[in-house]
Amino acid sequence: MAARTLYDKLWDAHVVRNDAEASLLYIDRHLVHEVTSPQAFAGLRLASRDVWRASSALATPDHNVPTTDRSKGIVDPISRIQVETLGQNCRDFGITEFDMNDRRQGIVHVIGPELGATLPGMTLVCGDSHTSTHGAFAALAFGIGTSEVEHVLATQCLLQKKSKNMKVEVSGELHSGVTGKDIALAIIGKIGTAGGTGYTIEFAGNVIEELTMEGRMTLCNMTIEAGARAGLIAVDQKTIDYVKGRVYAPSEEHWSQAVETWLDLKSDPDASFDQLVKLDAKDISPQVTWGTSPEMVVGIEGSVPDPAKEKDNVKRENMQRALDYMGLKANTAITEIKPDKIFIGSCTNSRIEDIRIAAQMVKGKKVATSIKLAMIVPGSGLVKQQAEQEGLDLIFIESGFEWREPGCSMCLAMNADRLESGERCASTSNRNFEGRQGQGGRTHLVSPAMAAATAIAGHFVNFTA
Amino acid sequence: MRQFNKHTGKVVPLDRSNVDTDQIIPKQFLKSIKRSGFGPNLFDDWRYLDSGEPGMDNSIRPVNPDFILNKDCYQAASILLTRENFGCGSSREHAPWALDDYGFRVIIAPSFADIFYSNCFKNALLPIQLSEEQVNNLFEISSLEQPINLLIDLEQQTITIPNGDILKFEIDNFRKQCLLDGLDEIGLTMQYQDEIKKYEEQRRKQAPWLFVEIKA
Ligand code: SF4
Repeated sequence: MAARTLYDKLWDAHVVRNDAEASLLYIDRHLVHEVTSPQAFAGLRLASRDVWRASSALATPDHNVPTTDRSKGIVDPISRIQVETLGQNCRDFGITEFDMNDRRQGIVHVIGPELGATLPGMTLVCGDSHTSTHGAFAALAFGIGTSEVEHVLATQCLLQKKSKNMKVEVSGELHSGVTGKDIALAIIGKIGTAGGTGYTIEFAGNVIEELTMEGRMTLCNMTIEAGARAGLIAVDQKTIDYVKGRVYAPSEEHWSQAVETWLDLKSDPDASFDQLVKLDAKDISPQVTWGTSPEMVVGIEGSVPDPAKEKDNVKRENMQRALDYMGLKANTAITEIKPDKIFIGSCTNSRIEDIRIAAQMVKGKKVATSIKLAMIVPGSGLVKQQAEQEGLDLIFIESGFEWREPGCSMCLAMNADRLESGERCASTSNRNFEGRQGQGGRTHLVSPAMAAATAIAGHFVNFTA
Repeated sequence: MRQFNKHTGKVVPLDRSNVDTDQIIPKQFLKSIKRSGFGPNLFDDWRYLDSGEPGMDNSIRPVNPDFILNKDCYQAASILLTRENFGCGSSREHAPWALDDYGFRVIIAPSFADIFYSNCFKNALLPIQLSEEQVNNLFEISSLEQPINLLIDLEQQTITIPNGDILKFEIDNFRKQCLLDGLDEIGLTMQYQDEIKKYEEQRRKQAPWLFVEIKA
């Protein structure tokens, strides 16, 4: 057989039938949340269709849930209806849901891996673009629209066209303090937000191998920000160790057979890619975005770029518009920028490792008085519980952070957590689009270490120096 | 699904690249559990001067006179001309729903984000990819004073511009057929139930751990 990439292998294993124009792909796991599913369930009802394999789906509300005291329920009636609708739909169609008050509730992309619902070799979809996260487990995972959610519910399949293969290789030695988030932003800075359009990206190189599973999830999470629907990382011992013992992981009886299969989930040595991108780890410093697109990013030692130096008209106008929106002047040193709020959370950076790193940075220190709000939102109830067992919540509270309940929170501000117009935020989330964290809000994407160090310093700071 | 064959309509040029789905339809409107009614909030942050919330009477909100969709001459436009990487960001199908609800039938750009592109086809909205140069030309001729009309013929894969010139565009054949026939994709897949079951059975033997039941 011809040499195949990891993506080729995952694809081939899931083709139910091939037509000239598209393939019917079998979907192993379906994650469901409240925002993109109601119209899909309504569609099923309208056509009197049932769910094909309800036990393949896992549902949880995450976007609309409050991160403060939940005993009072959801105040915003429209949010409440959406969350209740998810509950009703799951009951009607026999899908397991971890509701807002369940300890296992959390952001879909955090709870999937945490519960072992995400497994190597799977196809996994969700009505959410950051489904790419699960590619860290060598699962073919991608975001879909609501019509496709309905399609998967009804048939367990999707009509798909295969994308092209891209390999992004990161090698060399990372500077201390540089994490998966910085690698992701550096890659997007290099290839652009549309650089991966039409591709599935496989991340490789010694730096990727050395990343923890959390770091790999962060990296794959941001693949969509580079335009690629799916990102992948080959299986190694770390993958297997992470999965072992989780709730929905293979039973004792199937474990060794599963592991044997998983070890083949890597690209053949001579497999060819349509495109290859290389990064040298030594060129990556802690990253901070300055604009309104994740590709508008520089290292902490850098400064806000000057549109006057950009020759391309369209690009120059985009840069100027971004600077106007962000309230920044060209050539300002990044370390002079002072955020008003700090947000540590989102499906990019709300796992236990992220929270440990942040705790380490703030331990025994106080949040700067200029910071209006610094909040930590764990990715799931289980992450929260683990952090509390380690006493991390107390470290944060003592230093002046708010310790919240799990959910998407200020990543997209669908609940009550948001920026006011003109407010500036150091955020560990994934999108710095205009208005993303609240209308008129200004987002700088950073790693948890940078967000935590910035909370203490009151401005972006080169904490590695 | 509604069929799409030919369409003649007015073009509105939105001269921005990387327009993301958060801009097309801001998150507060995603709380709706319906599929319709998003049109009045299309590009809400750009279109109105106040900050929009669900349930507002949009007809009395202050509109932003500088935003292109609000100019008198572009009212009732049904073809959106825009720049590269249109529809990037979140997978929300609310974005094509809002565009459709507003009255758009066609979007022309040099490139689209993958998920958005595929979502359009599920909603009888035709995204047309043209070269950078062709898009530049269209921007030039669709000036403020005189909006232009285009004739789009999906079957022929052509766009007729006012001077009579014809541009060809590429489109994947399967997607084209789905639009032309107004096909229900789920219904199509349902025809292969037996094959899906066969695949499942075989897979269950090969990799039983993939079929672990998710239960509380
Ligand atoms: S945390 Fe943010 S990016 Fe992730 S699923 Fe929630 S809203 Fe989307």
